[in-house]
Amino acid sequence: MAQVQIPSPLRQYTQKQASVSVAANTVGGALSGLVAQHPDLKRHLFNDDGKLRAFVNVYVNDEDMRYLEKEATALKEGDTISIVPSIAGGSC
Amino acid sequence: MTTATETKPEVVLSNDEILRYSRHLIMPEVGMEGQLKLKAARVLCIGAGGLGSPLALYLAAAGVGTLGIVDFDVVDYTNLQRQIIHSTADVGRKKLDSAAEKLKAINPFLNLRPFETRLTSANALDLFREFDIIADGTDNFPTRYLVNDACVLTGKPNVYGSIFRFEGQASVFATEDGPCYRCLYPEPPPPGLVPSCAEGGVLGILPGLVGVIQATETIKLILGQGDSLAGRLLLVDALGMKFRELKLRKNPDCPVCGKNRTITKLIDYEEFCGIRGQEAPVEDVVPAISVEELKKKLDAKSDVFILDVREPHEYQICNLNGYLVPLNDLPKRVSELDSSREIVAHCKMGGRSAKAVQFLRQAGFKKVYNLTGGITAWAEKVDPGMPKY
Repeated sequence: MAQVQIPSPLRQYTQKQASVSVAANTVGGALSGLVAQHPDLKRHLFNDDGKLRAFVNVYVNDEDMRYLEKEATALKEGDTISIVPSIAGGSC
Repeated sequence: MTTATETKPEVVLSNDEILRYSRHLIMPEVGMEGQLKLKAARVLCIGAGGLGSPLALYLAAAGVGTLGIVDFDVVDYTNLQRQIIHSTADVGRKKLDSAAEKLKAINPFLNLRPFETRLTSANALDLFREFDIIADGTDNFPTRYLVNDACVLTGKPNVYGSIFRFEGQASVFATEDGPCYRCLYPEPPPPGLVPSCAEGGVLGILPGLVGVIQATETIKLILGQGDSLAGRLLLVDALGMKFRELKLRKNPDCPVCGKNRTITKLIDYEEFCGIRGQEAPVEDVVPAISVEELKKKLDAKSDVFILDVREPHEYQICNLNGYLVPLNDLPKRVSELDSSREIVAHCKMGGRSAKAVQFLRQAGFKKVYNLTGGITAWAEKVDPGMPKY
């Protein structure tokens, strides 16, 4: 099982859960499992072609998956997947 | 990886300054040499709001010699919950004037350079060239990309902080060997997907936490001390009081700081963020009713069904005795509504309820209207005793 950390802008689509458990062997599998459990999340993470949106980064523990094997990155028991979207607030 | 500004030979500290900064001077990590570097440093703060407030206050206190501030906004009553450089007496005043007064009061030795302007592709490069470090305290994506690109193009580090509700991010971008903002986020989210502070709310202390982290990183860069956040993304979770760190890498294919750069000048950032050419806001295209018209109908005891699409905690602040179905729940609960009745949907300002009306019309409801201006307009024009929030 891996834990997927949900950032606060997206928690409204996971019934306010900050962390979701998914059974998966790869990052891609974990993300599919996540949107299967919480379908409203899909359009915020993936575009119409099924690709991860460019303003969302996915980390396995503290490494950006783009610099590992991307969606094929293998997961070990206890790995944490973090979804890190860009946020802009600061002056308002 | 640290960057230090060189000490310019003509910078000296008076006896008063030496006394003022004594707590810095007695630490070997700062000392006279470090304090002179601070005095010689020129830092540009973009924004004198949530992040800019603590950032500028602490940089002034620390003895940064020249502080530029870019802000064209005016102090609003709702700013006081978190923009601590401004006080109640400043409401209605230019943020620049309010900030300048407080900063000079803390440190009269400060050379303050105000810029009452919007940062644009036309002025950013010239402006950045006059400073050593840029601190980004803005609140929108187009400006963040503009600041990033201008920092890379002028070779100035970008001390970055951003906040949302109760979470924040901080890093240092655009150092010589480090990543830039685009290495992390090549593209912005489409407009409307990520709410602003006015729409999502923000814990008042949060810009304080993140702004002081930015001030800390700025000072470390000037002194050439410690390990900067360049190459790291600090994630702050104020509710859990957890600080996490993610590794950031320079993207070799980054269009602005990578090996084969395609962006060599500033672009139209509003267009990049999809704001230009956007469709007319939903509020402008759905059938609507004004608050005055609704009041007339209610006084005449017409059969009007008021649908409130706000959240339960908003309903508690004030309400029109409407039937509460938060917007995100509407698709699941549409069967609770009677399409034969005249329905007026409202939210706080008219945006969410316009989406509700659009959805219901597409679902076959013919007599559903948006309350223009929402419950805020009702409080302004019909019932001044009702609180605004």
